[in-house]
Amino acid sequence: MAPDKPVLEISNLHAGIDDTAILRGINLEIPPGEIHAIMGRNGSGKTTTANIIMGHPDFDITDGTVQLDGEDLLDMEPWERAREGVFLSFQYPQAVPGLQVGNFLRKSVAAIRGEDAAKGAEFRKTLKDAMTELDIDKSFLGRYVNDGFSGGEKKRFEILQLMLLQPKLAILDETDSGLDIDGIRTVSKGINAAVRGTDSGALIITHYSRILEHVQPDKVHVLIKGKIVKSGGPELALELEERGYDWLETEAENSA
Amino acid sequence: MAATEAREAVGEYEAGWHDPENATVRFDFGLSEQVVRDISALKNEPEWMTELRVKAFHHFDSRPMPTWGNMSMLEEIDFDAICYYLRSSDATEKDWEDVPEDIRNTFDKLGIPEAEQKWLSGVTAQYESEAVYHSIREDLEQQGVIFLDMDSGLREYPELVKEWFCSVVPYQDNKFSALNTAVWSGGSFIYVPKGVHVEMPVQAYFRINAKNMGQFERTLIIADEGSSIHYVEGCTAPTYSTDSLHSAVVELIALPGAHIRYSTVQNWSANVYNLVTKRGIAHENAKIEWVDGNIGSKLTMKYPAVILKGEGSHAEVISVAYSGKGQHQDAGAKIHHLASNTTSKILSKSISKDGGRGSYRGMVSVSPKAENCKLNVVCDALILDEGSRSDTYPTMEVANPSARCEHEASVSKVSDEQVFYLMSRGHSEEEALAMIVNGFFEPFTRELPMEYAVELNKLMALEMEGSIG
Repeated sequence: MAPDKPVLEISNLHAGIDDTAILRGINLEIPPGEIHAIMGRNGSGKTTTANIIMGHPDFDITDGTVQLDGEDLLDMEPWERAREGVFLSFQYPQAVPGLQVGNFLRKSVAAIRGEDAAKGAEFRKTLKDAMTELDIDKSFLGRYVNDGFSGGEKKRFEILQLMLLQPKLAILDETDSGLDIDGIRTVSKGINAAVRGTDSGALIITHYSRILEHVQPDKVHVLIKGKIVKSGGPELALELEERGYDWLETEAENSA
Repeated sequence: MAATEAREAVGEYEAGWHDPENATVRFDFGLSEQVVRDISALKNEPEWMTELRVKAFHHFDSRPMPTWGNMSMLEEIDFDAICYYLRSSDATEKDWEDVPEDIRNTFDKLGIPEAEQKWLSGVTAQYESEAVYHSIREDLEQQGVIFLDMDSGLREYPELVKEWFCSVVPYQDNKFSALNTAVWSGGSFIYVPKGVHVEMPVQAYFRINAKNMGQFERTLIIADEGSSIHYVEGCTAPTYSTDSLHSAVVELIALPGAHIRYSTVQNWSANVYNLVTKRGIAHENAKIEWVDGNIGSKLTMKYPAVILKGEGSHAEVISVAYSGKGQHQDAGAKIHHLASNTTSKILSKSISKDGGRGSYRGMVSVSPKAENCKLNVVCDALILDEGSRSDTYPTMEVANPSARCEHEASVSKVSDEQVFYLMSRGHSEEEALAMIVNGFFEPFTRELPMEYAVELNKLMALEMEGSIG
């Protein structure tokens, strides 16, 4: 049996905006069923990595490849990537006034998983179960997408979409920011439910280790100035929590 | 596809076909006192109407064009190149089977007979200058509801028409109300007796078919004490390279405790001038609502108005406008609080795309004697691309200090981040834009009967659709 292709494979990725380099040679591989975390300070390139995998138009890719299940992503439009199975839980989800949550969820499921998946009793049950899991009230479906949502509601809504869209690759950008401890526990349940025991992979982007107590990562990568300078097991997150990033920055500079 | 490409993509107008012209009566181009007298004679009208028409014609003729709004577009109207009366069928039929085939096919394509069966109390279908089809549900007729085309109304109820015609919109009101009064033809005449509630809407559909056509329907709705009615109208025209002119006058009278809701989905082709005067008078505790959607036309100037004459009366004007390439939607609302404890709400939503221009022009006034009035005005504009334009001209004249006024205005642009967010959920750029636009219009579509809301969303999706295959 051939070994499984990685869900996500990033090779030598260089990217920037205008003439400023942000990512300077990222290599990363997430095998099926694994959850990886990227940690780093603000400005280290974490969110840029997430945006580039999803296809944000603002960035110029100067070198490298990004593959999902062995297929090149970089030439695809964002919606094509979504249909191939990439999902991004946004750090700052956008409001769309007038677009009802229920309607939007149904349309998104139809676009990504096909019309049949968005119809009938099964869809309603999946939706209801996911909402119960995330402690979201039924009235939520009648509200407008992210319009007037609290920080916590926005994050729960992102995870609700994750659970319904069932992607191959879930990228979670600062999902823990703006959440209290109960919120973190709730969205973690959702993330575990969506990834654990499946062939999907997840990439958690964070600068705290709090969420990693609830979603055990298989690997932790530290991003500094657009490069992964250290990778390790879950214990690396705890070490960062204790020691901060300075020692790694010094190490990175010394090795450069 | 780049964001700009999607936004530049020009939507297709779906109702732009035309039938062969089979006029049974067609006047020469141009307007004169004789043309006005001929129209009146053809209709065998009472003398008072002929004289009113002639007076209105002279007023129109001597009155200059408005010196506000899109004056350069107004100046392009060639009144001598318009046909002021054209009839394609000699009768108003009660059965679609009796309507001439071409015309029947057109209304079939527009889905009118189908809508009639499903959700309407009555229908009038006007083609060029005259109604070609008319029906009302029997039970309403038995309750004394009158729903006729305006010409039949004048023939069958001359006293009622004489009492109310021009009572809300005098012909001297503006140049185009004078023009309409001079050459009006068709439109609806409705009387709802005391206490009668017309549960399902009645609909009028207006179709222009000929080139360089002028359509001047006249509508008068009287809702007697404690009654209610919902009137909906729609309109389309073929796409031609030369201009047509649609200039209607609508007068509403809501007697004490009555409720009139008047909904419009205006979808003229982009060569039609749409210069319309709509106004209602609300007596004690009456309620008048204008729900007004402007999607089509070259230049629309329309400001549905309500005069709150009776204590405790209420007015609402909810409107949306879409301005695409070469279009200017100059729309808004006017509300005059003449009596105490009156309330009003204006909600205006406009979208500009492909260099289109949207203007909100609003006037709300409170007279010195009107105590404890409440006014709420919200106008939002959404601009989809560079080069499109949106302006707001709000006026409030409040002469009584007890009034409570709220006014909010916003102009926003579709952000790339919003589009990216929706695309990340599997929606193409066009679908994402349509979602944002439909969402922006949602507070309006919520107020429309479902069938119309679906129609409006369809139209908007079409406008957002790209030319990239």
